[in-house]
Amino acid sequence: MMARLLADVPARALVMLGVFFAALCVIPLFANDYFITVLILILYFAFVGQAWNIMTGFAGQLSLGHALYVGLGAYAAAILYVKFGISPWIGLGASIVIAAAAGAVIGFLAFRFGVGGVYFAILTIAFAECARIGFDHWRWVGAASGLFLPVANYTQNDLWNLRGSPIMFYYVVLGMTVGAFVLCHALLRSRVGYYWLAIRESPEAAQALGIDIFRYKMYAVVLSAAMTSLSGVLFAFYYNNLFPEQVFHISRSIEFILGPIIGGIGTLFGPIVGAFVLTTLGESVEEVMRALGIDIPGIKQVFYGICLLLVVMFLPDGIWPPLRKRLGLDRKPRTPGKPK
Amino acid sequence: MRPEFCWGSCVPLEVILNVAASGLLTGLVYGLTSDWLSVIFGVVRVVNFAHGEMMTIAMYLAVILFSYYKLDPLLMMVPIAVVLFVFGYAIQHVLITPFINRPEHSQFILLVAIAIIMVNVLLIVFGPDAKSVQPAYAFDSFQIGTLILDATKVYAAAAAIIVAAALFGFFRFTLVGKAIRACADNYAGALVVGLDVKRLYALTFGLGAACVGAAGSMMTLLVDVTPPLGPAYTLLAFVIVITGGLGSMMGALVGGVLIGVTEALGGLLFTPSAKSMFAFGLLVLILLFRPQGIFGKRPT
Amino acid sequence: MTAMLEVAGVSKNFSGLRALQEVSFNVPQGEIVGLIGPNGAGKTTCFNLIAGVFRADQGQVTLGGQRIDGWRADQVCRAGIGRTFQLVKPFAGLSVLENVIVGALKAAPKVGAARDIAESVIEQLGLGAKRDDAASSLTLPERKRLEVARALATQPRILLLDEVMAGLRPTEMDQMVKLFRELNAKTGLTILLIEHVMRAVMALSNRIVVLHHGQVISAGTPAQVTQDPAVLECYLGEEGV
Repeated sequence: MMARLLADVPARALVMLGVFFAALCVIPLFANDYFITVLILILYFAFVGQAWNIMTGFAGQLSLGHALYVGLGAYAAAILYVKFGISPWIGLGASIVIAAAAGAVIGFLAFRFGVGGVYFAILTIAFAECARIGFDHWRWVGAASGLFLPVANYTQNDLWNLRGSPIMFYYVVLGMTVGAFVLCHALLRSRVGYYWLAIRESPEAAQALGIDIFRYKMYAVVLSAAMTSLSGVLFAFYYNNLFPEQVFHISRSIEFILGPIIGGIGTLFGPIVGAFVLTTLGESVEEVMRALGIDIPGIKQVFYGICLLLVVMFLPDGIWPPLRKRLGLDRKPRTPGKPK
Repeated sequence: MRPEFCWGSCVPLEVILNVAASGLLTGLVYGLTSDWLSVIFGVVRVVNFAHGEMMTIAMYLAVILFSYYKLDPLLMMVPIAVVLFVFGYAIQHVLITPFINRPEHSQFILLVAIAIIMVNVLLIVFGPDAKSVQPAYAFDSFQIGTLILDATKVYAAAAAIIVAAALFGFFRFTLVGKAIRACADNYAGALVVGLDVKRLYALTFGLGAACVGAAGSMMTLLVDVTPPLGPAYTLLAFVIVITGGLGSMMGALVGGVLIGVTEALGGLLFTPSAKSMFAFGLLVLILLFRPQGIFGKRPT
Repeated sequence: MTAMLEVAGVSKNFSGLRALQEVSFNVPQGEIVGLIGPNGAGKTTCFNLIAGVFRADQGQVTLGGQRIDGWRADQVCRAGIGRTFQLVKPFAGLSVLENVIVGALKAAPKVGAARDIAESVIEQLGLGAKRDDAASSLTLPERKRLEVARALATQPRILLLDEVMAGLRPTEMDQMVKLFRELNAKTGLTILLIEHVMRAVMALSNRIVVLHHGQVISAGTPAQVTQDPAVLECYLGEEGV
């Protein structure tokens, strides 16, 4: 199976990927805590970006409400831990089921009734907002005051309960991101992947070739939701507090899409590139501001907005495709382009 | 024994009617804001995700004019509309038209980017605190039978109806209005006939922005301004337009009223902070049972 | 010969426009049937009805003895109908090979087997040199061939071709005609084709059905149909025949 996955990947790409991965594995040995937290943030966005990419980039359904799945996943695992002492590794099962169910509902409502394109995006926003308001008023999970996880000291890493130092979280999120990458790669090469791309490019032609559009769109939505919920689990146990206003907020949803769009929607490596570039630039901007003594909330977001604008206007396929060409990693024009 | 309505707690019918009427008036203003969203989509085929943000800008303009120069927002409606018109025209011309051939997603995200920039610039310039307008008639009210209506709401609603009627007349009776409708109906045909479609698009967007500007002035009479109002209103506007039917001005007005009333009653009977959930609930119902909206045409 | 495809009494209205009225015809198994008629006669509507894009208001469509009217387009394809579109719809962002693999996946769910089918179909259609090129880079005649290749890759029982010859040069057209003749002769593939280019229709069809204003006005062998006064009238007008 490994061989099949690695078939027709150019050797150059494998080498570069290997080096990159090795670097990521050993960095914590040399880096300070701050650097590691930034990397965790980057990998977190890279992971969610890949999950989002499945729904939007592969299957062509624009979602602007992915914070919903993060929040559901986060609260599900957190509640099980705080109220029942259940380990997040088991709790994530609940996260996946709940998020998948939410995705299925949204998908069903949308696809059964032919809600597509922009309307679908609005529907996703609406559901995320409903969740935000709903959880804000739900006293059992702490409502607007938030849900808090008991914080342990960092002397001991408790992997089973995800209590520990940033380094532990780093390797967990690295594992997740790599896992997502391998999964996406495998999906693109499978029947599901081909069908998704076909639906994205031309739903009519796809139907005429025997593809059940509803079913495959549902697969994409449910898988994307389930994957995203895992990042919610990580979020809950890393930050140790959950506020509906923050977790479900539309700003989160928009943050998630910045990486893949800037990196390159629909490509395999785009979300990862996007996450690295964006987060690094964002943190740098903040560093510069701090050094200059300027403290203006919102400046980072303006910066992100401008980046997004420039990319959409001038590099519609994202940063990764032209970069990939430069690095000589392109096979012939085979790669999936931008979604319709 | 006064009539009452009970759901959770018991509320006198009077209160319900008052709140509903209040919601209706607010809803008319909502409807106006969404009118042109509908038109912009029908004509330019662009979904203006920066809709709410543009209205928020107009609201801040009205607030500034009132705070510094004591100018009534309703009177300032026209100048603010003009400013927004120029702004909208420029945005369409510079940022959108050159990319008119991009897929729908791209254009949508373009406007998302613009919206992000707008919201955060407003945050930087004005700060997160709420600002409001207190005109001389802020505490007046009209009494019709048992209904007590805020003067501000009545004036705002009246202004909304006037502007909406003006819009309707514009489309029906002026040459430019007809040209815009022609573009919406048949892009290629309009080109063939010699209409400068790009300019008409920019004009449409600009007029939409003007409309939103006028609505923003009216809105300052109803709510306080904060930067996050932008995204909230964009969402509301979309719900209204989808409820009413994309491309239908009457639909936007009716949808606005429906949402206004639903929100007001929902806020009364349940909790005020959960107001928008009812709008979303309505959206889901509409998408389930009549996805083309109340006045929309069923797609063939 | 049993009929592969039977269309019986099919009618379709579009908001008052009677696109098809009581249309009936058969496509016998292993034969090539041409569907012709002036513009607006309802030919593509007929295709869309058979292929499940629309639902007929009245009438039945039967494939190999099984009723398929009312089925969705993807269900109809899985039942064995492959179709091309008059306005070609390639998967622009994918390569030629990948386009055809999508079709082949219906016949062979495993990607490896589908790829093999796709490669052979691509060779048959003469697109071998372009197999890794993006579909968006193809010329129109090549896109038409891609459209046919994709439909063929689904290994259909009957192939519906919607004006595949339009825009082709005479040599390209001859190649296509030859290809379909061979497919029909060697594999017994049933074909129903809409065509305006009379040369191709005459060269290929065993039988012809003529539509005009949504009704069948003539059906028979090419020789019979071209001599039918009703047909001549509808194509050339009532006077000056």
